[in-house]
Amino acid sequence: MPYSDKILDHYNNPRNVGSFSAADPTVGTGLVGAPECGDVMKLQIKVNPVTGLIEDAKFKTFGCGSAIASSSLATEWLKGKTVEEALGIRNTQIVEELALPPVKVHCSVLAEDAIKAAVKNFQEKQTQPEPQTAGAAG
Amino acid sequence: MAVKLPIYMDNNSTTRTDPRVVEAMLPYFTEKFGNSASRNHPFGWEAEAAVEEARDQIAGLIGATGKEVIFTSGATEATNLALKGAAAMYRKKGNHLITQATEHKATLDTCKRLERDGYQVTYLPVDKHGQVHAEQVREALTDRTILVSIMAANNEIGTLHPIRDIGRLCKEKGVLFHTDAVQAAGKVPLDVNDVGADLVSLSAHKMYGPKGIGCLYVRKKDPRVRLEPQIDGGGHERGMRSGTLPVPLIVGFGAAADLARREMAEESKRTFALRERLRKGIMDKLPETYLNGHPDERLPGNANISFAYVEGEGLMMGIKDVAVSSGSACTSASLEPSYVLRALGVGDELAHSSIRFGIGRFNTEEEVDFVADLVVREVSRLREMSPLYEMVQQGIDIRKIEWAAH
Repeated sequence: MPYSDKILDHYNNPRNVGSFSAADPTVGTGLVGAPECGDVMKLQIKVNPVTGLIEDAKFKTFGCGSAIASSSLATEWLKGKTVEEALGIRNTQIVEELALPPVKVHCSVLAEDAIKAAVKNFQEKQTQPEPQTAGAAG
Repeated sequence: MAVKLPIYMDNNSTTRTDPRVVEAMLPYFTEKFGNSASRNHPFGWEAEAAVEEARDQIAGLIGATGKEVIFTSGATEATNLALKGAAAMYRKKGNHLITQATEHKATLDTCKRLERDGYQVTYLPVDKHGQVHAEQVREALTDRTILVSIMAANNEIGTLHPIRDIGRLCKEKGVLFHTDAVQAAGKVPLDVNDVGADLVSLSAHKMYGPKGIGCLYVRKKDPRVRLEPQIDGGGHERGMRSGTLPVPLIVGFGAAADLARREMAEESKRTFALRERLRKGIMDKLPETYLNGHPDERLPGNANISFAYVEGEGLMMGIKDVAVSSGSACTSASLEPSYVLRALGVGDELAHSSIRFGIGRFNTEEEVDFVADLVVREVSRLREMSPLYEMVQQGIDIRKIEWAAH
């Protein structure tokens, strides 16, 4: 299957690979997918408590090139957004940007799920004083 | 020395047609274009002589006689003919067949159709190395069993089955024995009489011959095997498979089989050495890598390796200048990994992490070293990007996490 240049670029030069401490109250962690399905994404956002903007985002992904590219792209798009704006990112935008073939659409769905899970985790931390580590969701 | 890219290392899928084979075929497209069934002019005689020579060359590879070779479009058709043809011909004797879980789809899907048509099929499980054993076959045999079909070597993991034990058991019990020898023929010695095979499927393009031609060996005596034809017409191939013979392809198949017979011993030593060089070059440098299939009883050129915490298709993109196959099926809607690896009890996670390397006649030491280094580099890079690897480094047992399947 031929891959678009954008997929290859994100795969070969993934943006924002890494991790924040999941215990950090300003960090939201989303972990979606399952190893037996061949896709696991961990996506984290770090929110500036003063501005409310996502000032940094990181990911780690176990999956095919399209899954890696989808999560890499998602971290790029998240930076500078509010968490509400982050929830507005749709998988179809990822499909379009990366020119994902139909069999790879699920990779973009997973990225959208990861964003939602990270935001949810962050928001839960704001209402609960106890720091939490993220479990799997998806 | 710089290697030429891309590198072909997927020789269990298909092989490059050997230039010597192409050379042998060429005249049969042009000046020697006759129909081998034309009995009354020299164009036909010439074509027929070439076909008969090819028959003998192919028979020579498996210890058979030329008359026992029935040409087909490939091994898929050969296996369809063997199973459906025997099932229909021996319907009065019974309605039961025995096969095993890691057969090629040509066998499994043919068996499924036979089940829909009222036959009963036993699918034997394999052990952790991917082998079935004669004892399992013995226990599954009934007085209604027509045929047992067990492949000589598996196409994904390269495991060799103990077909000699199984064939001899079938002989003793008077049950037909079919073996899909597509992967084994020309790579490991195979003699139909030694093994006790009654029906054998072969394919030219897996042994450096052309695509579009294969054959079914059909035993002529002790016992004389009869088959219900699946394609009717002019009565070619002893009435078992009608249709004008593709003479150039058959000549190529014959030449490929002849080369395989003459060069097998040397070539297998060479491909085995290259495979071991690759396997060690990768597995000695990377922890948590696993060789799928049997450690010793396997095809000389096959290495199927799982790389924990790295997804196979993702890895394939990283080594895109190397043609290999993955046991992962992330491209399919089902997301289901290889049924062969599953049958071995390899977990889905490791099945998704598998790559099949198929080394063949035209691979070089330089290519093997290049591939080993590239794989080590890419797996290390992808592990640094893998959340699973990170969790394991942190001491988290990823098996205990409640993953939400999607």
